[in-house]
Amino acid sequence: MTVVERREVALVDLLDRLLAGGVVITGDITLRIADVDLVRIDLNALISSVNQQVPSPFEEPA
Amino acid sequence: MTGLRYVYAVCRPFGTPLQAQLTGIGGAPPALLHHHGLVAVVSTVPAADFSEEALKARLEDLDWLAATARAHEGVIDALTTVTTPLPLRLATVFRDDSAVRMMIEAREDHFRQLLDRLGGRVEWGVKVYLEAEPAEATPAPAAKPASGRDYLRSRRAQSHALEEKWQRAEQFARSLHERLTERAEDFRMHRPQNAELSGAAGRNVMNAAYLVPRKRSEEFVELVDRTKDEAPGIRVELTGPWAAYSFTGETAGETAGEAAGEAAGETAGKAAGETVGETAGATVENAGEGR
Repeated sequence: MTVVERREVALVDLLDRLLAGGVVITGDITLRIADVDLVRIDLNALISSVNQQVPSPFEEPA
Repeated sequence: MTGLRYVYAVCRPFGTPLQAQLTGIGGAPPALLHHHGLVAVVSTVPAADFSEEALKARLEDLDWLAATARAHEGVIDALTTVTTPLPLRLATVFRDDSAVRMMIEAREDHFRQLLDRLGGRVEWGVKVYLEAEPAEATPAPAAKPASGRDYLRSRRAQSHALEEKWQRAEQFARSLHERLTERAEDFRMHRPQNAELSGAAGRNVMNAAYLVPRKRSEEFVELVDRTKDEAPGIRVELTGPWAAYSFTGETAGETAGEAAGEAAGETAGKAAGETVGETAGATVENAGEGR
């Protein structure tokens, strides 16, 4: 087995964190243009355009 | 000012200034917005990119998404060298500074709790892969199966071998995870990554994040490193240290449902009408250098 430490941050690792992590702020009543759901929906679209078989990376909204 | 306020992170006030040449999304320099004893790290982004409709289209554009994600990460990274930032989800945007202040007021207790919990801690990513060995484990198939029965037998042996490898990899991942959680304060399991998206060789068996005090990071990394010769055919990848993105709360889909309903349409028109003449050139330097 090998242990690899990458210098360059891979985009997938970054997206795991930036699109599934980070504080979600949906409570702003002034403006919701960057609503998290857009991100969720569109990443799904992105991923399914790459591969139809990939399960959604996020839970379905309840 | 035209444009919108993009919020990267919320922090406690810190003494050290940010690097002078630091740039955020679209090349704009991040600014510190102090309010109620907290600091929001913000920059101005063009409404042309971040209005509801524009954003929807932009997020379908992998190059734009990559540049934006890397710029976001670059700012967070710079912050981790001077403080413990609380990173916000990608593309958290407000109309102006006063909306950012209102957001801080509404959530300051929550922010403080999270900052207390995450202070002095970093996130490490650990992924376990089952290496793809090109049919090396299975006996070289006879040039031509002597009979249909031989063929089936060899097929069965192959799938059996694969099954065994899987089990071994999962077992290894479990035991590694157990050892790592002893050194970590918390963990999150991300979904295994799809090889087509990651471009990584082999099959991702585990994709975990661990919250580790800075002081114990060296120990943690050494532990991962020590697993080097434990299992043949298995690869472990370590990423980090990251800001604690994965530990900002049990928010997966928190209020997603209701927000989705309310948000639709309401602000779309307003935002779209407010166009910004120029889009800052998208030459975003890759600042996400992994440190």
